[in-house]
Amino acid sequence: MFCVMPDQNVAVRLRGLRKSFGPVEAVAGVDLDIADGEFFAMLGPSGSGKTTVLRMIAGFETPTAGTVELGGRDVTRLAPFERDVNTVFQDYALFPHMSVRENVEYGLRVKKVPRAERRERAAEALRSVRLAGFEQRRPAQLSGGQRQRVALARALVNRPRVLLLDEPLGALDLKLREEMQVELKELQRRVGITFLFVTHDQEEALTMSDRVAVFDQGRIEQVGTPAEVYERPSTVFVAGFVGTSNLISGEAAEAVLGRPGTFSVRPEKLRLVLDLDAPVGDGDHSATGRIAEVVYAGAATRFVVDLDAGPRIVVLQQNLQVSSMDVTGLRETRVRLVWDRRHEFSVAS
Amino acid sequence: MDPGLDGDQGLSTAAASPPGTPRRAGLRRGLAAGLHRHAGARLALLLSAPLAWLGVAYLGALAALLVTAFWSTDSFTGELVRTFTWANFQDVLTVDVYRTVALRSLGVAVAVTLIDVVIAFPMAFAMAKLASPRAQRWLVIAVLTPLWASYLVKAYAWRVMLSSDGLLGWGYGLPATIATLAYLWLPYMILPIYAGLERLPNSLLDAAGDLGARGPRTFRTVVWPLTFPAVVAGSVFTFSLSLGDYIAVKIVGGRSQLIGNVVYDNIGAAGNLPFAAAVAAIPVLIMLVYLAAVRRTGALDNL
Repeated sequence: MFCVMPDQNVAVRLRGLRKSFGPVEAVAGVDLDIADGEFFAMLGPSGSGKTTVLRMIAGFETPTAGTVELGGRDVTRLAPFERDVNTVFQDYALFPHMSVRENVEYGLRVKKVPRAERRERAAEALRSVRLAGFEQRRPAQLSGGQRQRVALARALVNRPRVLLLDEPLGALDLKLREEMQVELKELQRRVGITFLFVTHDQEEALTMSDRVAVFDQGRIEQVGTPAEVYERPSTVFVAGFVGTSNLISGEAAEAVLGRPGTFSVRPEKLRLVLDLDAPVGDGDHSATGRIAEVVYAGAATRFVVDLDAGPRIVVLQQNLQVSSMDVTGLRETRVRLVWDRRHEFSVAS
Repeated sequence: MDPGLDGDQGLSTAAASPPGTPRRAGLRRGLAAGLHRHAGARLALLLSAPLAWLGVAYLGALAALLVTAFWSTDSFTGELVRTFTWANFQDVLTVDVYRTVALRSLGVAVAVTLIDVVIAFPMAFAMAKLASPRAQRWLVIAVLTPLWASYLVKAYAWRVMLSSDGLLGWGYGLPATIATLAYLWLPYMILPIYAGLERLPNSLLDAAGDLGARGPRTFRTVVWPLTFPAVVAGSVFTFSLSLGDYIAVKIVGGRSQLIGNVVYDNIGAAGNLPFAAAVAAIPVLIMLVYLAAVRRTGALDNL
């Protein structure tokens, strides 16, 4: 489940991490190594324990069992102010009674950095998040996206070993979120600090991170690059949470694929063929069915197909030549689905 | 919709309504619709009774007090003389006894307020930030319960505790008065601070710790500035209640006198209502000065 790395390159190391809140086990044994300079995502539905893991790394929660190491040092029992990490909070947690500059300088002031250096570093941090000139504003006078960037500057100005981000883009609208995804990625490359962020948005995790850990029920289901997690999900949960799973199992698997087990094919790997008698290539598998629903979404169309063998499969087709008028008329049509065998993978249930 | 159905929902059944009901319901509905359209009428309807109460009972009484303070009593017959005079205020300000009493009362009110802040803050913090939701409910009830008990019973309980052979054995006097008043008004300090801390997001405390601040600095730079308005709200209660008290000091104060006693004695034994009014104006004046000072700090802007 995890690969062991040499100590000097490990920014965060979790071993047997557990946390119970009364009878509820929020984190049920997590082992994880995060390398220096990595952009790492912890992905999972709400209640999967990812935020609790983040809070244990930051020091806001004490683990029930297990250890947290930062840069090779055991910090499991240390208070937040004794750890070389900083956090960007989901609600930003800017101090409302302080100006933007006072917010950003707060950590430096605590560390007794001289005033001149403090000013300079705060100005530089604000420049790096494109907020130069906002020093005198109060958080209440900023937009959501600007507050988010102040929170980033306030954390980064301390040059922590690891930056923790708790659903950093959750409160932003879609357009801004997409902009910030790119911006965060660039920022991380520039400053070279390890970014560890928590999200429930699979697209965000896939587009931004170097590696992803998928959480479910307090455990890590899979760790890997976005491509690995998406193309080769190791469990049914990962297949379903990261993208559409399109599961074929039991008798259907025997009928369609000729072997037992549980299999999955991503919607965009499937081709929709209207000619039911068209020849199927050597390396391909195919199955027939009926289109139950057509969802036109501009750039692409989603077809929901009920296979004759049983399972319901989603097919995603780029709208290269067709328009909504063409595709919506296809409901109730019988079709053949064709896919490359290499794109079907077996998953553990 | 059946017009008989809205109106009295719940109690009477629509089917049993007498034939006249639909028209009355229609009228009521017309009234409701009219109110819905006229926000001003709605506001007037809601505010007229409370505002009348405030205007007559509160401002009216204050005005009457102020007017009375400029009258005097005939020294032989003891009857009211309704002619304007500054004499009462001159006496209050120039006679040493009254100045001493006024300053003593101010000192007591300040001491009670400070003691209550010091006791209430940790308590409110534990309630708002550390206790489980269940424990929180119980603690709120625990803070409120003493308010249900009679003032006199509580004051006499302290008298028993403070008597020279009692649990504390301090004897009676000003310290005893301050302790008793601090106890009596404590809930009025805890509850506003508790409410203020409830509104303070936990993430701000986490953020301060995350940026390297230990407890004391987090308190000084984040918690205190953001809950100061709540402390002020509480202090307005403890301060004004202490300034006006005359019963606790009678029970545990030994021979000490506060402004309240002077007012009471002048109304009762001496029968000098105008002088009592002039003395009673002192706490009102002190409160006005206090509120103005608090306003200048900007603490009330966030209320």
